[in-house]
Amino acid sequence: MTSTDQQSFLSVRDLKVHFSTEDGIVKAVDGLSFDVAKGKTLGIVGESGSGKSVTNLTILGLHDRARTAIDGEILLDGKELLTASERELERLRGNKMAMIFQDALASLSPYHTIGKQIGETYRKHTGASKKEARARAVEMLKRVGIPQPDVRVDDYPHQFSGGMRQRAMIAMALVCDPELLIADEPTTALDVTVQAQIMDLLKDLQQEFGTAIVFITHDLGVIADIADDVLVMYGGRCVERGTKKEVLRSPQHPYTLGLMNSMPSLDGPVDVPLSPIPGSPPSLLNPPSGCRFHPRCTFAEKVAGGFCSTEQPALEVVAGRGSACHLTPDQRREFFADFAVARHN
Amino acid sequence: MSNANPLLDVSGLTKHFPIRGGFPIRRTVGAVQAVDGLDFSVAEGESLGLVGESGCGKSTTGRLITRLLEPTGGKVSYRGQDITHAGRKELAPIRSEIQMIFQDPYASLNPRQTVGKIIAGPMEINDINPAGGREKRVRELLEIVGLNPEHYNRFPHEFSGGQRQRIGVARALALEPKLIVADEPVSALDVSIQAQVVNLLQQVQKDLGIAFVFIAHDLAIVRHFSQRVAVMYLGKIVEIADRDDLYGNPRHPYTRALLSAVPEATADDVPARERILLKGDVPSPINPPSGCRFRTRCWKATDKCASEAPPLVQVEGNKPGHLTACHYPETEGTVPAPRLSKDPQAAV
Repeated sequence: MTSTDQQSFLSVRDLKVHFSTEDGIVKAVDGLSFDVAKGKTLGIVGESGSGKSVTNLTILGLHDRARTAIDGEILLDGKELLTASERELERLRGNKMAMIFQDALASLSPYHTIGKQIGETYRKHTGASKKEARARAVEMLKRVGIPQPDVRVDDYPHQFSGGMRQRAMIAMALVCDPELLIADEPTTALDVTVQAQIMDLLKDLQQEFGTAIVFITHDLGVIADIADDVLVMYGGRCVERGTKKEVLRSPQHPYTLGLMNSMPSLDGPVDVPLSPIPGSPPSLLNPPSGCRFHPRCTFAEKVAGGFCSTEQPALEVVAGRGSACHLTPDQRREFFADFAVARHN
Repeated sequence: MSNANPLLDVSGLTKHFPIRGGFPIRRTVGAVQAVDGLDFSVAEGESLGLVGESGCGKSTTGRLITRLLEPTGGKVSYRGQDITHAGRKELAPIRSEIQMIFQDPYASLNPRQTVGKIIAGPMEINDINPAGGREKRVRELLEIVGLNPEHYNRFPHEFSGGQRQRIGVARALALEPKLIVADEPVSALDVSIQAQVVNLLQQVQKDLGIAFVFIAHDLAIVRHFSQRVAVMYLGKIVEIADRDDLYGNPRHPYTRALLSAVPEATADDVPARERILLKGDVPSPINPPSGCRFRTRCWKATDKCASEAPPLVQVEGNKPGHLTACHYPETEGTVPAPRLSKDPQAAV
C-alpha cells in the first residue's frame, strides 16, 4: 500500500470470487487488490455481505473449490496460492499463514482439550512428539496470558471464558510463528474490556515477531486502534483505501463518510439525530448497476451526466491512496467539508 | 432526574436463579445471583440507559421490570402499584403499558404471520378496537416507523434486519405504551443501519413521550440515547447519574475503565483517553467476590473492599442524583490509574 518501499508479503491482485447458487451467480468479491507488508496491519472494514470474510477464506484456500469460480492472483511471499495444490496449501496453513475466527466456541472442538488442539498444528508441521507438543502448548498459553498454563492446558473449551477462548484461538494460530495472520472479527463477540486486552496482545505479538496481520472488522474504532492501512469494502469491491490517518481524517468515498457519520461517539454532540446511511446493503446476487453504492448515496445526483447508475467508477490508486467514486476532487472537498468541521474542531 | 412520583420504581430488586444438582435427590445447591439489589426509578418520558458487560444482569433486569420473570426479592412498582408478585390478572392492564423491544429481529417475529397480524397481535390479545379498525391502526404504525403501509400483507422474511427491527418497534407501539424496555435493540444490526433505528427510537420517544429503559453494551449509543445512565457490574449498579455527569465525570473505577476501553475512530496517534486495561474476566455470579464485586479487577482495592460492600451513595464531589458505589471514588481530573502491567501473568 502506501509503504511501497517495503516489500509486500501478501499481495492480492484483481481477485474475483463468484459462487454459483440456485438463484444465480453471487459475486462475493469482484476485483479486489491489496498488499500487506511484514510487521504491518491492514484493516478491512465492511458490513455483512461486503465480501471481507470470503476474501480471507480464499487466501487460506478454505473455499469450496467445486462451487467457486476464482480469478486473479494471490501471492504469499512470492508464491501463487490460487494454483497451489491442496498438499502445498496444507503445508502453509497453520505454519506460514494462520487465521483467528470470530466465534471461538464454534471454532474449537468441544471433545478435545485445549492443549491437544494447540499441539495438533505444531505436531503436523514440525513432526514433534506428543510431549514436545504439550510443552509448546503450555508455552503458547503462557504467552497469550492464560493463568496457570500448565494446568489449563488440559481443560476443555467449555471450561474457558469467552476472552480465554479467544486467547486460546490466538495461541493456536501463533503456535508455528506464522508470518501472516488473518483475524476475522476476532473481538466482535467480546466485551470492550476484554477486547482491549486482546488487541493489546495482538499488537505486542506483532511487535515481537513482525507478523503481517489482516484484521477484518466492521468497527472503525477498532481499525483506528490497530491498523496501519485501511481498506473499505462495499458490495464485494474496494471503495476506498489509504493509510489509517488518511482514511479516518479525510474520507474520500461517500460510504466511508456515511459510516463515520452514523457512529455516535463518546464526546460528540448528543442532541442532534445521527446521520444514518439510508437504505440497506445490496444483494450480491443482483448488485445495483454502475457504482454499487449509488442507490444509498446522497451525492449520486450531483454527479454530472448521471454516471453513478450506469458506470462503475474506477479505483484509482496513487501511492496507496485511492477511492472509487465519480465525484470530482473539487466536489468532494466541497461536500465533505462539513465532516472535517464536525470531527476535528 | 427522578421526581417524587416516578413511573417505575425499583428497590432492592433481586433475582437468583437456583442451580439444581446432587444425587439421588436433586435439590438446590446454589444460585446464580444475576441481579442483586438494584435501586432506581424511571420518570415519565425519561430514558434510562443500562450498560454493562455480558453477564452483568442487565437483560435480567429488563425482564424483571416487564415481569417476564418474577423477582426473588425487592420491589417493583409501576405508578405506585406494587407489581413485584402480581398475578396474571392483576398484570393484564399494566402489560399493555409496558412493552418490550427485543435484540434479535430474526427470532422475535413469527415467520408464519404477516406483518399486519404481528403488529395487530397485542391489540387482539388485549381486545382493543381502535376507531377505524385494527388494520387502519397497523397501517398508521407502519408509517410511524418508516415502513410502507402497503407492506401490511408481507411476511418477515421479505424484510431486511433493520426493517424487521422497525416491525418490532411498531408492535411495541401498538398499545400506546408508557414505558418501553429495549433490550439491545440495535446490536444485531449493521453499523450503517444502527443509526437509522436509534434515530427512530429517539423520534418515537420525543413525539410520543414514552419512557425508555434502554439496555445496551455500546456506551456511545447509550450516551446518545439516554438522559440518565446506570452502569451495572455483576448484578449491581456501580454508578448511576445524568448522562453528562456519568460520561464527563465518572467516579467509579469500573465506569472509568469501561469508558477508556471503547475504541474511538480517530486518526490521532495519541488516544484522547488513557486506556485502563483491566485484568482478567468478570467473576462468576454463582460465587461473586465478597464486599465490592469489582475488587478482584480493581487497581485500588484494599482489605476494606473485601469486607465491606460499598453503598450506592452520592459521594463527595458528586452532583445531586449522581450515585457511586465505591470506597475510593476517582477524583475529577486525576490521571485515571496507572496503565496496568502488561505481563501476561498478571491476567488472572
